[in-house]
Order: sequence, then structure tokens, then C-alpha cells
Amino acid sequence: MPTITKKNALWIFKTMLRIRRFEESSIDLFTKGELPGFLHAYIGEEAVASGICVHLTPRDQITSTHRGHGHMIAKGLHYKGMFSELYAKQTGYCKGKGGSMHIADQELGVLGANGIVGGGIPIAAGAALGLKLQKTKDVVVCFFGDGASNEGAFHEGINLASTWKLPVVFVCENNGFAESTPQKNHQSVSDIADRATSYNIPGIVADGMDPLSMYEIAGEAIKRARSGKGPTLIEAKTMRFLGHYVGDPGTAYGHDKVVGKWKKIDPIVTFEDFLKQKKWIADDHKEKLVIDINQEIDEAILYAKESPEPDLEDALEDVYSDS
Amino acid sequence: MREILYRDAIVEALDEEMKRDKSVFLLGEDIAEFGGSYKTTAGLFKKYGKERVRNTPISEQGIVGATLGAALVGMKPVAELMYIDFTAVAMDQIVNQVAKVRYMFGGKAKTSLVIRTQGGAGRSSAAQHAQSLESWFVHIPGLKVVMPSCSYDAKGLLKSSIRDPDPVLFIEHKLLYLEKNPAPKKEYLVPIGVAEVKREGTDITVVATSSMVKKSLDAAEELEEIGISVEVIDPKTLFPLDKETILTSVRKTNRLLITHEAVERCGWGAEIAAIASKEAFDYLDAPIERVAAKETPVPFSPKLENFIIPNKDDVIEGVKRTVLG
Repeated sequence: MPTITKKNALWIFKTMLRIRRFEESSIDLFTKGELPGFLHAYIGEEAVASGICVHLTPRDQITSTHRGHGHMIAKGLHYKGMFSELYAKQTGYCKGKGGSMHIADQELGVLGANGIVGGGIPIAAGAALGLKLQKTKDVVVCFFGDGASNEGAFHEGINLASTWKLPVVFVCENNGFAESTPQKNHQSVSDIADRATSYNIPGIVADGMDPLSMYEIAGEAIKRARSGKGPTLIEAKTMRFLGHYVGDPGTAYGHDKVVGKWKKIDPIVTFEDFLKQKKWIADDHKEKLVIDINQEIDEAILYAKESPEPDLEDALEDVYSDS
Repeated sequence: MREILYRDAIVEALDEEMKRDKSVFLLGEDIAEFGGSYKTTAGLFKKYGKERVRNTPISEQGIVGATLGAALVGMKPVAELMYIDFTAVAMDQIVNQVAKVRYMFGGKAKTSLVIRTQGGAGRSSAAQHAQSLESWFVHIPGLKVVMPSCSYDAKGLLKSSIRDPDPVLFIEHKLLYLEKNPAPKKEYLVPIGVAEVKREGTDITVVATSSMVKKSLDAAEELEEIGISVEVIDPKTLFPLDKETILTSVRKTNRLLITHEAVERCGWGAEIAAIASKEAFDYLDAPIERVAAKETPVPFSPKLENFIIPNKDDVIEGVKRTVLG
């Protein structure tokens, strides 16, 4: 039986809800034409970020991906800064210069989402090297997708981390599609975790739809990293419930055919059942949670809308430290 | 003043900065026991150990990515990419990551890091080990690009680069490593973004980078014998650029020649020509001249390599075309 405590279980549940509601609200705003750029929604994958980040302290670091909102929320970033960034406002985490794919907050250990597939993997290795040289016990969690596991950066980053036994956990969120290409058409392995063998590190398949699976496996990997034993590759089998980006119906490449069975194991639904079985949550408790989250979202959206746009001269700042 | 090899000036700068600041560490291919392919880290492994002088796999994206990651958590890494040609393997990390994170993340990211590399022809290293690719990086906002031409600057500029809060691409020259010239043993810094008038003159301004500085100074000596007075300027840092030193000189000499070892097309010289033609237009008495490599990959044959890379005589000819018409 899982050893999760009530406190951690409730944190995970709340975090999954927070991610889901943030994404639903963002999609709504985007569809209404209120947000520039484009969005990659994390809906369906909430168990991964939540089941992992519950183990992290604010000093631990993460690198993230183009589908990064879930990681940010799980790492503690606040709605106001995130919505403001999506609205391209001065009050956003990146002052409106990064947008959805580049949210970062050094103070909370978010080294950055990344628009380049696999780009964060060597960076995560380097951050872990820095933490090791500073003789801390802090760790880095590096999120990336199945598509990134075919990039050279995947090999170079994990090879470095395993050679130097760095305190980093590599988390491959395998949602079955690299943009529109099904996994079987982009790699010959079915378990990306198998690739860990070639780096002589543990490679573990986790059920990315099950927060408890994520919690247990990530807990072990993070403990291993903290104790100086080096990296682990976790492959979280998961599924985005929507297309690659908001607006992609997923019909051209078979996503719409498979997503139905994944929705039946929606992590928020199944985990709520688990919590109820344990009698850790009652209906009114959950309703209160949702009401609070919705209220926080409404306030954050209002804050973002009312925040000032960047001044034109802001475009010329932050290129260098003295500009 | 003491004379020291350019490569030893690099070692001395690294040594001094590692001693001064414990967050400075080195990573790169064959830089530890081996001391670097061009011996620019010789002796440092013995002195500082494997944690701070880290041999990496042959893995350029990994090296640059790790350099950035370490900087983001507050270290001051100095990476070595053995040849500037290999930056092509690491381009995502240099261009999309290192150069961008400060801006893209709203100005808060710590990106104090140096990527040392070396370029240039002259050793029959052929097409993949002898290029001059500096203008690629000058084109990318977020990077600083430094190119020392002598031991004094190699030491002083590298120390400044390591202390700089922004990412610096520090480009050495493989033929200069064994040049011996003056550099004091004592602590000193050479500021980034400040050019130097290496020789004063009145008839023409020659802006020369890296190995072309010495060739231009030699050319100036010879030209003086036929009555042409050449002012030679070494920009030292290609970005940030000390525009004023160049423009002040052009306004005095009324002629400008730019010379570099990179090919002419879209080279750094084009940028200088554009700046001068706009900001010193009324002072120019002749078309701006460029003396650069011929537009080919670098050939292996010493004879052909020597033919495509600009030399002292090419500078002399260029000056004569500009001054004598």
C-alpha cells in the first residue's frame, strides 16, 4: 500500500485541481481572443507534476517545457504572475517578454520553461552540477516529453548527469505523441525508460495518470538524487486530453481516437475516489476547494487584465545586465 | 615588462580568477590532466582538482547547457569549446538558451558565464577546424564577443569576462597561442567594450581583429616607408563595440579599412563599414575598404590556405587602393 500521508495526498489533489482550473481558464481566455501567441495545455497530465513536486522544496530547481503551466503551478508559482504573463503584462513573471512557453522564477526554483524541445535537459544537468559544487542537498527535476527523448540534447544531458552522478531526476512525460507523430513512428522503443540502461542509471516506468504511482517513484528518485547516488530516468505514461496546442482538434493523427480511454482514468476523478475511500476528503471540502480556486483565478485574471502593458522602452531592457 | 606566451596568459587569468572566486570553475574536453588541446588550462587540474577543472565528454551542447545551468544557480563557469567550429554543434544552447534567458525571463536570470574557444587558420587544419565565425555571435543580442590579439589583452580581458555578469564568447586564435609578448604578472583588468589605438597615424584608419592586428601593424611599418601614415585600431571586443574610438579616428584620417580573418560576406567588417558610412559620412574621402578571407571554406593545402587568408601584403594593397586611389 502507498505510504502517502493525508497531508501530501491533499496537497497533490489541490495542486491537480489548481492546474486543471488554470488551464481551463486560460483556454477560455485564449479562445475568446484575449491572449496573444499560443498555448499548450497540460490537462490530463496533472498527476505527473503534482506527484513529483510534492517532494520538492523551494530551493530545489526544475526545468520545464512548452507544456509547462502544470510544472509552474506545482512548483508554487502564483496565478497572478502567470495570468499576467499570458496577458503579456508588465506584472507577468517575465514582464511580458516570455509568454506561455518561457515562464520562469528563479526565487521559486523554476529555471524556465523552454520553447526548444529537449533544450532544458543539459541545463538541468548543469544546474545539478552547480548545486553539487555548492555542496547543497538540493536537487533538480527536469521535465521533458517523449519527443525530446529523440533529441541530441537528451543524450548529452543525461550522459553528463550520469557520468558525474549529479542530483537530477529526469522526468519524461510520455503522452504518446510528439506534436502529431505517434510514438511508434518516432522511436523503436515502447518504454523510453529502457534508454536509462545505456547511461547505467535506473529507468522506471510510472503511471502518469496515477498520482500515487508518481508520488512513490518520484520519492525514491529524489531521495536517491539527494543522497548523492545520481540521476534517475522516470517515464510517466500519460496523455494530454487536448490537441498539441489549443485549437488542434487532434483529428489528423489519431489523438481523438485514443484520448477517450485516457479520459476514463482522469487523475483528478480517480484520486478524488481514493481520497474519499480513505475518508480524507468530503464532498463539501472539495466544493470549498473548487470555490476558493475559482475565486483566486477570477481575482488573478482581473489583476492581469488591469495590469499595465509593458512600456515600449521595456523592449530594449534586460538584454544585458546593464541595459 | 615580462613577456609571456598568449596561451600562458590565458592560464594565468584562469588561475587568478579561480583563486579569487570559488564559484569559478572550468569545464571542457581534455582540459584536466591533459591541460587542453592548446595547453590553455595547463597545470590547473593539479592545482584545483577534478571538481573545478572538469573534463567533459565530447558533448558540446552538453557543455554549453551545463555551463548555463550552473550559472543559473549562481556559479561562474568557464567552458572551453576546443574549436569555434564546434560551436555549430552547440548552437541551440548558445543562441536559443544562453543568449536568451536573461531577456526571455524578464531580466532576473543569472547568466555570468564564459565560453572560451579559438578560431582562425594557418595550421592546415582545413575546413572544420579553422573558421572565423565571430560574426554569427555578434548578430545575437544577449551575447558579448571578445577577441584578444595579444597576451596582455588575453589575460586582462579574460579576467574581465569571468567577472562580467553577462555571457561572454571569448575567442582566442590558434596561431597567437605561441606568440610571446608583454603582460605584467601583477593583477590587472582590461575592460570589455574599450578599443585601443595600437598605432597612431593620419592617412587611414585600419580596424583589425585578432590575428589581423599584428599583420596590420607590420603593414603600417612598411607603409610608413613609402609615406603612408596608418592608424591601427584593435576593437578587442566586437560587441559591445567601442564605436567612438573608431569614429574619432575615421574623422581624423578620413579613410577606413577593416580587416578580419573571417570571410568578407556579412562579416563583422560590414557592420563597421555601415556605422562609419552613416556616422562619419561627411568625413570620408574614399570608399571604405575591407580586407578579409576569400569566400571559400578553409582549404587544407598550406599554399591554398595562405592564399585565401588575408596577410600583411593584402592589408598593404588595401591601404594603397584606399589612400592612393
